[in-house]
Amino acid sequence: MRTTADRIRTWLLGTWSLLAILFLFAPIFVIVLFSFNDNQGRFNFTWQGFTLKHWKEPFAVAGLGEAMGTSLLIALFTTLIAVALGTFVALALVRYRWRGRGATNGLVFLPLATPEVVLGAALLGWFLTMGLVRGFVTVLIAHVMFTLGYVVITVRARLEGMDTHIEEAAADLGAGQVTTLWKITLPLLAPGLAAAALLSFAISIDDFVVSNFTAGQTVTFPLFVYGAARQGVPPQVNVFATAILVIVVCLMFANLAWQRRAARKEGIPVPEAQPLGI
Amino acid sequence: MAEADITLSGLTKQFGDMVAVDDLDLEIPKGGFFAMLGPSGCGKTTTLRMIGGFEEPTAGTVNLAGTDVTNVPAHKRDVNTVFQSYALFPHMTVAENVEFGLKRKKVPKAERKQRVAEALELVQLTELANRRPTQMSGGQQQRVALARALVNRPQALLLDEPLGALDLKLRKQLQLELSRIQADIGITFVHVTHDQEEAMTMADQIAVMNEGRIEQLGTASELYDTPKTAFVANFLGTSNLIDAKVLSRSGEMAEVEADGGARLRVPASVLPGSDTEVRIGVRPEKLDLEAIDDGSPSANGDNVILGHITDAAFVGVSTQYVVHTEGGDELQVFVQNSADHPPNLGPGRRVAATWDPTTTFAVNREESDGA
Repeated sequence: MRTTADRIRTWLLGTWSLLAILFLFAPIFVIVLFSFNDNQGRFNFTWQGFTLKHWKEPFAVAGLGEAMGTSLLIALFTTLIAVALGTFVALALVRYRWRGRGATNGLVFLPLATPEVVLGAALLGWFLTMGLVRGFVTVLIAHVMFTLGYVVITVRARLEGMDTHIEEAAADLGAGQVTTLWKITLPLLAPGLAAAALLSFAISIDDFVVSNFTAGQTVTFPLFVYGAARQGVPPQVNVFATAILVIVVCLMFANLAWQRRAARKEGIPVPEAQPLGI
Repeated sequence: MAEADITLSGLTKQFGDMVAVDDLDLEIPKGGFFAMLGPSGCGKTTTLRMIGGFEEPTAGTVNLAGTDVTNVPAHKRDVNTVFQSYALFPHMTVAENVEFGLKRKKVPKAERKQRVAEALELVQLTELANRRPTQMSGGQQQRVALARALVNRPQALLLDEPLGALDLKLRKQLQLELSRIQADIGITFVHVTHDQEEAMTMADQIAVMNEGRIEQLGTASELYDTPKTAFVANFLGTSNLIDAKVLSRSGEMAEVEADGGARLRVPASVLPGSDTEVRIGVRPEKLDLEAIDDGSPSANGDNVILGHITDAAFVGVSTQYVVHTEGGDELQVFVQNSADHPPNLGPGRRVAATWDPTTTFAVNREESDGA
């Protein structure tokens, strides 16, 4: 029997959830919407009519395309370097006992806990002292440095859940260390590696604070948007933001589908699909 | 004894201050089913891991089929292991798991397929070749682990408590199956277990281990009938141990005097060394009870100890008595509930515990209670 109290509770809960979702998604919706705004003048803050012209000419604004390209490239290299390095750090931390292991375990997480402003300022000071020309490379170094911790945490968790006898079994069956790494350890780590890569990429591509300190003359996408905001953000920024959003959402759904397929293959019961269950 | 397949000499393993395996010498005969039996922490698994190449000995050597392999890494040793956790590769199918070792040895594809098929048939898993191990039951996974090791036709197969994670019924079934497979293919099996019944059912030879050393090596019946140490006497089944002094050693039977003054006869061959202080033992089921209401019991050549019953428990096939002897020892006595043995002896009853002197064994006095 559903009582009135039950009905009210359900109704309140539904409304509350809807409001929360609205609160979360409204700004994103505005970004998407204003990529179609036929704005007059420099500003893109009031709705003036629908147009596709910004989508047709995404590179019309000088410097935006290059900034996007720089950001993508930095994020890509950051991901590759951080995942490769972080995986070996995690392997060393979990699989071997060595002097300084405890200290490394702690120090790896320090960049995660440090406020970004402090990190950025410290890196700037360091690069100046070393006499490094600030640009693409210094941003890359900085990004690798603060994504490394996330990779180590993610991969380490996966490694700790792994039965070490599996690697011993590989050796027992005649696989040397390199073969064991390629055929057994890395495939078993794959979900962790994928998660670590996604995380590194996402953190790197939208980083502003540390990049602002270390970029010198190099302009990344967040730096460009920040600079442009002073004179009015061109709608092309919304176009790029929307494109990234669509790509990321598609990737997430693809990942979800892939995981469900993998789980089915391994015979793990898969929970029913949930709306918005990302 | 057949020619040795695995020879361990002076094998020692220390973890920090802890000595896991202590100067072990052992010859494992070729083609047999050999068990290493002992409580957890006795060093049996560490010994097996040193044979497999997963632990480096602190001292001593491992010899495999006449070659010193002490410094040969695991992936180059001609032995294969079945792990307690099975350690199957979860991202591969059953067939791919079994094929893994053959691929590493670069066996041609056609031969690989055939040998995988044979191995799966041996463990009766042909239908499940394309399944993933995670979709299988514990017993099935155990069989995959066995096939994955045996397909390589190793010099010896090492089994590290392979049945430990299974329930009792499945364990019994797989014990028989393992024995059958070993008899079929005839390679040396080295089986580590803490289950004395499992070791006795399956193995031709058993090494009982305790605190990093081998207490005694022998067949199941040797270990049970003539244990040499108190530890073995108590780890395999139950024993009654009585301190005694040797009176004479002439002839086949020696004569000893127990603490209560009872004179007992013991086969001279089981008495250790030339000590006069010994500890003799007898299994509870070898004892018989005779009620004595007056006078002395009819000895007719048996060993006799007098006492009174302090506890009697009826357990169906037998009645288990505890007898307090005049010498102050507690004896366990299991008496079969056959027709001529009505369970009519209750606590307080004066009895004579009698047994055939030839079933008496003796253990070292200085090694006290053990298990």
